[in-house]
Amino acid sequence: MSQDVHVLIPNALRSQAGNLSSVSVQATSIRDALDALCTQFPELKARLFKDGQQLNRFVNVYLNDEDIRFLKHLDTEIHGGDEISIVPAIAGG
Amino acid sequence: MSYVACLRCKECGAEYPITPRTVCDHDFGPVEVAYDYAAMQGKVTRTSIEAGPRSLWRYKDLLPIEGEPKVGLHSGYTPLVKADRLARELGVRELYIKDDSTNYPTFSYKDRVVSVALTKAMEFGFDTVGCASTGNLAHSVAAHAAKAGLRTVVLVPEDLEEGKIVGSRVFGPLLVKIKGNYDDVNRLCSQIADKYPWAIVNVNLRPFYTEGAKTHGFEIAEQMGWQLPKHTVVPVAGGTILPKVWKAYRELIELGLVEDNGPRIHAAQAAGCNPVVKAIAEGEEIFQPQKPNTIAKSIAIGNPADGYYVIKVVTESGGAGESATDPEILAAIGLLARTEGIFTEPAGGTTLACAIKLIQSGRIPRDEPVCVCITGNGLKTIEVMTGQFESSPVIAPRLGEFEQMLAKLDENGASGAHARLATSKVI
Ligand SMILES: Cc1ncc(COP(=O)(O)O)c(C=O)c1O
Ligand SMILES: [Zn+2]
Repeated sequence: MSQDVHVLIPNALRSQAGNLSSVSVQATSIRDALDALCTQFPELKARLFKDGQQLNRFVNVYLNDEDIRFLKHLDTEIHGGDEISIVPAIAGG
Repeated sequence: MSYVACLRCKECGAEYPITPRTVCDHDFGPVEVAYDYAAMQGKVTRTSIEAGPRSLWRYKDLLPIEGEPKVGLHSGYTPLVKADRLARELGVRELYIKDDSTNYPTFSYKDRVVSVALTKAMEFGFDTVGCASTGNLAHSVAAHAAKAGLRTVVLVPEDLEEGKIVGSRVFGPLLVKIKGNYDDVNRLCSQIADKYPWAIVNVNLRPFYTEGAKTHGFEIAEQMGWQLPKHTVVPVAGGTILPKVWKAYRELIELGLVEDNGPRIHAAQAAGCNPVVKAIAEGEEIFQPQKPNTIAKSIAIGNPADGYYVIKVVTESGGAGESATDPEILAAIGLLARTEGIFTEPAGGTTLACAIKLIQSGRIPRDEPVCVCITGNGLKTIEVMTGQFESSPVIAPRLGEFEQMLAKLDENGASGAHARLATSKVI
């Protein structure tokens, strides 16, 4: 069943996402949620995905506090009230 | 006037003006400062550089600042030590230590990147600066910002060594401990950078910050008498310094200041956090992130932002990746200290331990010059050395007791340097 989740949009993507810093979508998985986001804001698709399929390697996606690469990647299931963050990879140390 | 042309995306080549910027709008790729090298020809020379100050600012023409340096006037230009005793121990002909454990003012390579980032922050007119850090970057930002009179916010993982906390707190920043590892800290930091009008050195000042790391490479070349070492072993955390040492070498070659001897760059990581080295070993272009578990906390970054470029540089230059276990790291710290009188932290122990493994496995031939990049200072992390030594003898202040103590050392079969003490010639 589809659930309501929040997607946090980083500054670098806001101009393609109606200048919003977060968007609510209905989804059952991360893939679902990102698809829903891209349906609403089609310009995001090319930013988030390489060849329309794989996540761009400089885009990190988190479900709550966990990087989805430690979960089931795009197939990670989501639950009502979850928060998805899209975060550019950043330097540091 | 500077030689800076623009910011350019390392992925798609898109160009941007010189403003605070985290990533490329098109693909989230990192943006890098591009220069007008043609205009530098004949103007940026060995002589012009040698006439500069004894700091990293002698390479100002190759750094992205417009006016005079404002921060870190004494940073950089650390010693390049010809490590003959260590070389003999390892059975190599020519070994150098680039010793950033002595960097000013906070004893790590980070004083380079921060000098450039905060000078740029002031050029942009920021009054508040910050960073996400595994410890050393926070020290450096806090210290340089104190001197420059900037407000400071630093974020670090909760479990850092005490020395790494005190070393920042003393400069008066707002230091926030984050429940999680560095990658958690980074994610929050990126969201904070989106919200507050601050110069976060590793986020919106990243393109300028990372350029500062080139000076580590420039200095190696100049201090070797304008030559490149055939092999350079560099630690990898977020993946800033390794590709920038490479960029430094390429720029000097481009300007005709050094000969292209086909320098190889080797990557060093702790076995408990080696996503990049693992990808290199497996011939993968893309690394898998890891949850770090190592005593080398300053380089415990499981999701290195520039990891992809580290893999690329190491592979293209014909270098190798290697990782070191915690015991190997500690042994290397001890070896460097006993042979060269340099006390490094676990990041440096990792780099040396990996260099040793690359030499032993033949990937660094014993007759080719090697430079090992020591990027941090051991006095910040003394707790990792707990249990590394037998307890020191405690005696009353009497010569008799001292002589007895020496005799007992011999009885107990003291090894190494202490063995000959009791039989030293009496003056
Ligand atoms: C002592 C030390 N060495 C090396 C590094 C390497 O960092 P990077 O790969 O991000 O340049 C760091 C980063 O925190 C460090 O603190
Ligand atoms: Zn790009």
